[in-house]
Amino acid sequence: MKNLIKEIVETFGPSGREDDIREKIAGYMKAYVDEIKQDSMGNLICIKKGKGPKIMVAAHMDEIGVITTHITKKGFLRFSSVGGVSPVRCLYQRVVFENGVKGVIGTEPVDKLSKLDFDKLFIDIGAKDREEAQKMIKEGTFGAFTNQYDELNDLMVAKSMDDRIGCAVAIKAAEKLKKTDNEIYFVFTTQEEVGLRGAKVSAYNLEPDLGIAIDVTGSGDTPEAPKMPMKLRNGVAIKVKDSSVLVPKKVKDFFIQVAEKNHIDYQLEVLQYGGTDAGAINLTKSGIMAGVLSIPTRYIHSVSEVLAESDVKATVTLLTKILESDIKNLI
Amino acid sequence: MKTLEILKSLTESSGISGDEQEVAELVRKFFSQNADKAYLDKFKNVIGYKKGITSEGKIMFASHIDQIGMMVNKIDKNGFIYFVPIGGHDPRVLVGQNVLIFGKEKIKGVIGSTPPHLQKKEDQNKVTPIENLYIDTGLKKEFVEKNVSVGDTIVFDTAGAELQNNNMASQAMDNRAGVVVLVETLNELTKMKHNWDVFMVGTSQEEVGVRGVSTCTYEIKPDVGVVIDVTFGYSPGAKKHKVYKLNKGGTIASGPNFHPFLTKKLKEIANEWEIPFQSSFAARPGGTDAYSMQISGEGVPVVQMGIPLRYMHTTVETLNIKDIKRMAKILAIFVSNVDDFYKEVKH
Amino acid sequence: MISLLENYSNAFGVSGFEDEIRNLIETEIKDYVDEIKTDFMGNLYAYKNSKKKNAKKVLVIAHMDEIGFMIDHINKQGFLNFQRVGGIDPRLLVSKKVVIGEDKIPGVIGAKPIHLQKRSEWKKPIPLSNLYIDIGASSEKDAKKVVSEGDFATFDTGFEIQEDTVSGKAFDDRAGCGVITEILKGLEENESYPVDIIAVFTVQEEVGLRGASVLAERVRPDYVLAFEGTTAGDVPDQEDRDQSPSTEMRKGPAITVMDRTTIGFRQLKVHIEKTADKYEIPYQYKRTVSGGTDIGVIHTQGGIPSIVISTPVRYIHAPRGIMATKDYENTVKLAIKTLKDFKEVL
Repeated sequence: MKNLIKEIVETFGPSGREDDIREKIAGYMKAYVDEIKQDSMGNLICIKKGKGPKIMVAAHMDEIGVITTHITKKGFLRFSSVGGVSPVRCLYQRVVFENGVKGVIGTEPVDKLSKLDFDKLFIDIGAKDREEAQKMIKEGTFGAFTNQYDELNDLMVAKSMDDRIGCAVAIKAAEKLKKTDNEIYFVFTTQEEVGLRGAKVSAYNLEPDLGIAIDVTGSGDTPEAPKMPMKLRNGVAIKVKDSSVLVPKKVKDFFIQVAEKNHIDYQLEVLQYGGTDAGAINLTKSGIMAGVLSIPTRYIHSVSEVLAESDVKATVTLLTKILESDIKNLI
Repeated sequence: MKTLEILKSLTESSGISGDEQEVAELVRKFFSQNADKAYLDKFKNVIGYKKGITSEGKIMFASHIDQIGMMVNKIDKNGFIYFVPIGGHDPRVLVGQNVLIFGKEKIKGVIGSTPPHLQKKEDQNKVTPIENLYIDTGLKKEFVEKNVSVGDTIVFDTAGAELQNNNMASQAMDNRAGVVVLVETLNELTKMKHNWDVFMVGTSQEEVGVRGVSTCTYEIKPDVGVVIDVTFGYSPGAKKHKVYKLNKGGTIASGPNFHPFLTKKLKEIANEWEIPFQSSFAARPGGTDAYSMQISGEGVPVVQMGIPLRYMHTTVETLNIKDIKRMAKILAIFVSNVDDFYKEVKH
Repeated sequence: MISLLENYSNAFGVSGFEDEIRNLIETEIKDYVDEIKTDFMGNLYAYKNSKKKNAKKVLVIAHMDEIGFMIDHINKQGFLNFQRVGGIDPRLLVSKKVVIGEDKIPGVIGAKPIHLQKRSEWKKPIPLSNLYIDIGASSEKDAKKVVSEGDFATFDTGFEIQEDTVSGKAFDDRAGCGVITEILKGLEENESYPVDIIAVFTVQEEVGLRGASVLAERVRPDYVLAFEGTTAGDVPDQEDRDQSPSTEMRKGPAITVMDRTTIGFRQLKVHIEKTADKYEIPYQYKRTVSGGTDIGVIHTQGGIPSIVISTPVRYIHAPRGIMATKDYENTVKLAIKTLKDFKEVL
């Protein structure tokens, strides 16, 4: 699994430019499902056919990134964020653009780091002046951060664990899945980071009976962390709420029941802010039952997102068991 | 049952956003008295359906049943319980409140506060942020850990008070009072003829982003929507033209969120029957179920009435019972005539 | 082409009260389309069918509402309190002329004369709550003879032409309404677009993309093109910083790669770029990701490929905006060519 994770976290795919990562994931998934298709938003839909209730598993494959807005006289790029990028967290990070050009993020002098905003930042692509820069890149080009995968004791660190780890979980679950009556849509969604857009579209078109989002969540186990119940190594987090969804009690209780029955380590997640694809699925048309399995993660939306391998494994197992369950009573 | 008693029993029932089962069942009971059918959908919206004579159209009422509350976020090593807000809270209101935690069993607690004697002088002008507030159940840590878990819901635990001149104070008036308007309108409708089918909907998850109403509207696909919610009642210090007096009738709202012609008809009915009402104005859609309802699916023309309410989102929300009855009367007449004037609405 | 824009710009149509501009547009287009209708919110739909059987449906949209004010109270002395409709900088409001309601009652936004202010007050913007509209009424009763609570008001700004520019109010988005009108008129006799055009002039964009929210379920288009008047930022900057101007006047129509609500569909972006190159129409990108448009609420309903083409306007959401005549004409040209050559996308 580590090789799988390493490969997909390091693949390019900011919101709206998910082609590379989609191709990579499709490569893995084709062995495990009956049909693979792509919709107009670029969502990758992998179908395991069945006669029973329809379950949609959503993991978003887009990552946060940057978009160029202006080329300065001296040949530096001004840019905006794609998704929730913090100016402080992206300082001096490296980026790569959709056309392969590389750059590093610098800043004008600021007296206080807290005053840092995107107006002050720029990307240095090594161009001598505007003319040269214009030959290398256009305004409106998407870029993503780069950073290599690494291991810290039993923890894993990489960029874009949010939400490539969810993609890895879905791939692994598809691989392990035994025969079931449920019809399962593994949907690798696009544009989550800019407003849960891909999931909204796929739920609208697929109209599943149950939606399950797999995503990262915060953790309250670092020094002076905000009060949050989730901790690394405590197992898969079953979501109760975030700002996009109040998970129906029935769904949450069902997930807990499956976890307990199969002796899977789990914890409960209450997140005051932040949203997931489940929020979009839940409110689609006349409403769709939706829940979330989360992987507690430190330093989300930085280039060094840290999580525990054991939590990932627990998530894979729980997802697999849920997908194999009879969910007729739930819907 | 008298209006006051219905209101009392509804405000004493619990149902924070996302966990509306208890209050939803009670609302279903009240709806079923005068509706042909009353049921819950998967979003915990409660629907009371009353068939019309010709059933040539559908009118849907929405009044949210959820209330603001809290959710357990963390139990510390001494058994004190930290929480996150569900819906909009003023942290200054929370201190010293009695609460009820829905754990394995219902557990009582208070939100802790530092006695003045122990406060530092410089802290006396500061407001404690919600994340630093905690609930003290007084119980042993082991008991708390066994019976309370992360994700359990919490409500205020206070009874209402009957004040002078038909005024009443309670928690969760926002928007159980609106539900009472629906119950009373159904009651009025038993004395009238109406051609259209009526759907009285107690909606869920309004306080966390007008969610329940959007899915329910998509399902019912009404021709006309009516939203009932509370609105700001006059209290000392408030800017007079943004708030409404108690006991002067409910408000009828104007603005881009509301259908101008249907709103005009509503006002005409009130004038014709000499039932008092007040006019309110909102240049920007938002804040109530009308926000979602107007643009759900192919969209719905919406009108809205509000119950003037003092001290919104506290445990002593205060209103006048007479306003509720007046609104029900106007709305019932509106329902009974809607098929007639709907002919003039483009759709 | 410019006199049409003049009429559209001068027409009244604050969000939630778009009757005048809707009637005007309807009169302009009715002879050029196959069917016309409105819905309960006031969106105006015009259908122009292709001669091709089973042609794809392209929704072209522009919003006809404009920012303005809503009168929410008339006080005892006959002054009017108001709420802003849409995003308006309160600092712009002092000492402006407005017109109120269907009868266009003139009024001014007053302020305490500088002589009566404390020196410390000069340095601070006048808060919105201290602003009011004066129509010269002697009392509440007098005011209520001509104005009612709930009436809408807009800036009293007349359209003007000067050299190679035009100026006026509400170019956001009457420019877009103008472009779509020209699309509908832009065919020779016996000519037809290779796609069915559904033109929708939406309401209530400025108060949260409200009118457009009901469209996707009603028209189920295959593609969406939105036309906007967007921010041109090529104006003096006190700090003289080398930043993105968003768009620039006289540099041609702007294609939006990404804004707050939508990432432009890439195939459409490429098609528009190619079309512009083929017909030698200058174009630029919108180089900020702020702001949203109606397609934000349309494209996610089922996933409908969408993109925005904008005409740069300096000072949108202000009493008077300025636009280069050539940019407007080029937007019209690019729009028509894009649709005529649309088969290349299909």
